[in-house]
Amino acid sequence: MSSVSQTFMKLFRGSSGPDVSPAQGSQKLTRRSSGLGELSRTWESAENLCVLDLGSTSPTNIRHFTEHGHRIYSEDLLTASTDPELLTKDEQGNAVLDSRKFLADNLVYPAAHFDFVLCWNLPDYLDESLVKPVVGRLWSVLKPGGMLLAFFHTRDAGPDSPCHRFHIVGADTLEMQKIVLRREARRGPTGAVHTAISDGFQLQRVFNNRHIENLFRDFASIKFFLARDNVREVLVVR
Amino acid sequence: MSTAASGLAQIGKSVVIKGELSGSEDLYVDGHVEGSIALKGNSLTVGPNGQVKASVDAKGVVVQGKLDGNIQASDRVDLRKSAVVTGDITAQRISIEEGASLKGKVDIQRSDAK
Repeated sequence: MSSVSQTFMKLFRGSSGPDVSPAQGSQKLTRRSSGLGELSRTWESAENLCVLDLGSTSPTNIRHFTEHGHRIYSEDLLTASTDPELLTKDEQGNAVLDSRKFLADNLVYPAAHFDFVLCWNLPDYLDESLVKPVVGRLWSVLKPGGMLLAFFHTRDAGPDSPCHRFHIVGADTLEMQKIVLRREARRGPTGAVHTAISDGFQLQRVFNNRHIENLFRDFASIKFFLARDNVREVLVVR
Repeated sequence: MSTAASGLAQIGKSVVIKGELSGSEDLYVDGHVEGSIALKGNSLTVGPNGQVKASVDAKGVVVQGKLDGNIQASDRVDLRKSAVVTGDITAQRISIEEGASLKGKVDIQRSDAK
């Protein structure tokens, strides 16, 4: 099943997935999350935990953890990966992102620092050249026994799947907020102002179960939760 | 630096200061400050044009612009929607508006925990 003999995998066909009722406006949806529910049981019964949230800054998540007496670190890795200074070329001359520079500027924490890492859908949207180095760094900053939650699209999701922000609104409930279109106004060579509309972040790839197991091969265990909305929730333990 | 009638010291958007800033009155920074800011018992406001690269120790901190450095507030920190903060925040209370960006730690220290 996996190259890591201690790895065990459990498959749950849980009740995770989006509710049809939108919350607070048309751009926000709520979804149940079995992975979050499992994490919540731990952080609601413990004190002074250290949590790393890798999504866009979420006031809701910061409030959620600080109200429970935990420390939360917020770092928007997806936005950080758009830094033009990261662009370089590999040996074949292909444009790639410089993972060394990226990790010199981001995810700079002491080893075994965090009890939880909330990756959300980061691996699906992160540039290929950064995915493995980032997961390697996350392994090192997690405490032994620490847990990481990540979401992966299934093949059915399609390449146009929107990138969401995730806000924790309940023990097993997330509010999903589509990352809005960015409008960039630039002055062209003639002096005219052009407005470019970019779609934020594009789905980079679809991982299958084996890819995910390989990605987290250094971790002690991995658990999959299949959701109804073509999302595979993955909970890994260092 | 100017001081308004309200007792609020202001650093305008064309002003650049490098070094240690300390005082016993509220401070509004809309320019560039690099170094450290100590306003124990008073508040710091970083205006929308403000670019602060400094460690901050104050009673209250409001950020509308860019702040690169750790914030230690004995009372509260407010990050407004245009705020871009890189650094760790330690405060008794924190308020973060939707749209604000934070790269760093949030550590809430309750007054009864002191």
